[in-house]
Amino acid sequence: MADHDTLAQRLIQQGISRRAFLKFCTAMASLMALPPGSAQAIAAALAQAKRPSVIWLSFQECTGCTESLTRSHSPTVESLIFDMISLDYHHTLQAASGFAAEKARDDAMKEFYGKYLLLVDGSIPTKDGGIYSTIAGMTNLDMLKDAAKGAAAIISVGTCAAFGGIPKANPNPTGAVAVSDIIKDKPIVNISGCPPIPAVITGVLAHYLTFGALPELDNLNRPKVFYGETIHDRCYRRPFYDQGKFAKTFDDEGARNGWCLFELGCKGPTTHNACATTKWNGGAGFPIEAGHGCLGCSEPDFWDAGSFYTALSMPATPLTFATGAAAVGVAAGVGVSLANSAKKRAAKAAHQPVTLNDLE
Amino acid sequence: MSEMIFLAWVRGMGLNIAIGIFLLGTIWRLIEIYTLGRKQDVAAPRHRSGASGWHTMFRRSLPIPGIMQRSPVSYIGGYIFHIGLAIVVFLFAPHIKLIQSLVGLSWPGLPSQLIDAATVVTLAAMLVMLFDRINKPVKRFLSTFEDYFTWALTFLPVLTGYMAVKHLALPYATMLAIHILSVELLLIVLPFSKLFHAITVFGSRWYNGDINGRRGVPV
Amino acid sequence: MSLKNIAIKLETSDSYSIGNVTALLSEIAAHLKKLIASGEASLIDLKSLPFAPGEYEQLRQALDHGEVTAQIDAIGLSEIIETRYPGVWWLTHYNVEGDIVADIIEIAIIPSILQSQPEDVRAGLDMLQAVISQPIQQND
Repeated sequence: MADHDTLAQRLIQQGISRRAFLKFCTAMASLMALPPGSAQAIAAALAQAKRPSVIWLSFQECTGCTESLTRSHSPTVESLIFDMISLDYHHTLQAASGFAAEKARDDAMKEFYGKYLLLVDGSIPTKDGGIYSTIAGMTNLDMLKDAAKGAAAIISVGTCAAFGGIPKANPNPTGAVAVSDIIKDKPIVNISGCPPIPAVITGVLAHYLTFGALPELDNLNRPKVFYGETIHDRCYRRPFYDQGKFAKTFDDEGARNGWCLFELGCKGPTTHNACATTKWNGGAGFPIEAGHGCLGCSEPDFWDAGSFYTALSMPATPLTFATGAAAVGVAAGVGVSLANSAKKRAAKAAHQPVTLNDLE
Repeated sequence: MSEMIFLAWVRGMGLNIAIGIFLLGTIWRLIEIYTLGRKQDVAAPRHRSGASGWHTMFRRSLPIPGIMQRSPVSYIGGYIFHIGLAIVVFLFAPHIKLIQSLVGLSWPGLPSQLIDAATVVTLAAMLVMLFDRINKPVKRFLSTFEDYFTWALTFLPVLTGYMAVKHLALPYATMLAIHILSVELLLIVLPFSKLFHAITVFGSRWYNGDINGRRGVPV
Repeated sequence: MSLKNIAIKLETSDSYSIGNVTALLSEIAAHLKKLIASGEASLIDLKSLPFAPGEYEQLRQALDHGEVTAQIDAIGLSEIIETRYPGVWWLTHYNVEGDIVADIIEIAIIPSILQSQPEDVRAGLDMLQAVISQPIQQND
């Protein structure tokens, strides 16, 4: 079992200078999207910070979130895993397997009861008693409930854990739900995205480690520093939207000039994430920079919310009623007209000329 | 229901129903109005009507003598908000995209800053008009439920559209869905209320001008 | 069929701009004024900005190199360059793997990271005194 003394102590033991520590804190501030001047505050907080025990449970998922995390650049994932947190159970990354792995989980849960951080990726199948995904003979549903009891907080990594994700897509054959649909009595942070930006995963972990508390959250329990603004509002192509310059196809002049992808179905306006500033692959770019619209992968139900290639202002589905309604309109118009003219004819027929006698 | 599903519904089934009812009502009423006909005019035309109908279509857009003194708010306000509405509805790029996807026609849009300005002016003009309607005893007396209802149905899409673009009050996706929903309500009510003038205005002006021409008062 | 048959458009770094560079230069100028007036240093985190492709390089070109270049070797390299505008420093921190972990413009008389830290000075003094107190070895 890893020791759980403070991070500052560990760094001093490793012979790391104060200057190196300040550099590390500057990187942490950048990672947490905090103002660059907060490095000193981070240094002060880290001097007190203990390495939290982390248990990572993977349920109905594709391991894309773990793949994303292990490609995290800043700080290196090794320093994150080995210096900053004590990752006591992660069935993809850990060396132990079988009974030894499950024992590590049990031990960590007992030793750090009430204090460990529970990370979950993947949704939880609930149909037929949750039998559609099991680990070591235990359903995901039971394992989550069991592990959540002693957790200080839960971090749902990825859209599956946060909102149900692809497994929950219509018709949802396994009855998949999000972590927050099952666990109601623990603080939950949703780090959505398919996968989430690695720097956002590590940024939230760093925030918890540094300040011993979860960051400020939005209405969907996502950290505001990363999900506070839409892709559209932070997009470098936004000026083209405002100027009314749009790519009409993926290979026209507008596309080559890097104009706005709104008309090609970009979901940037409805999507909250940090891709446009944090970017991917060590800052190389993000989908829109590569010429493809945003799919909206960090939003609930993005998988069932209409085509990726239909502009937000266009009908999501074909207008099937239109022709029928027009036909009904014609029929109603003709019908009412006939009734009106019948009424007119009847009135004409019933018309009696007024004679002098009538007036007397 | 998440906001994305709400948005998908208003963009899908909701829009489907609204456009269906709009088409149904519009076609029905146009056929009914056209077939209603007028009493046969047995008198010989005093005058050939010529372009009188076309002139009237234009002349009715000019102020009649004295109106600027009697009701400047209604007149100027009415002008401003109708033009503002036309700009916002037909020259905002996402709206053009919608029209293009529905009927295939498209034209260049305006930069969003100009649309923003037009929206604010339209909203202000509509509020002034409403205040004037309530404030002036005669106007208040003449106003019915339909007047206030159709005012609200016209005002809401502009307001919610502006709030969606500016990220006011609610998340963009929710506000966008409410905006689309408010437009759908407008579409549904339009054929069956006084808002139908949006479709009949120029036709009825032409008819009046033409018949006046035949009766010897071409304009 | 060769590459020439494919219409490839080569983008140069100055071919694209949405105005971030101009805005940043104005912000730096404002910070410089503050530095002159009150001595207060400022920081700009470049990773939080929505750069268009090429704008980062445009900013590099606009700020250029000045007289000072320094390197720090602490859990990876750090490169500190005084730009052609004195008082405007470009700090790039790398981790041991060579990835950028922080990219910052500091407007200051001297970047704080370059200064020796009191804790390190004390530790260094201890080390030095330990060396002095040891008997001198006869090497030659």
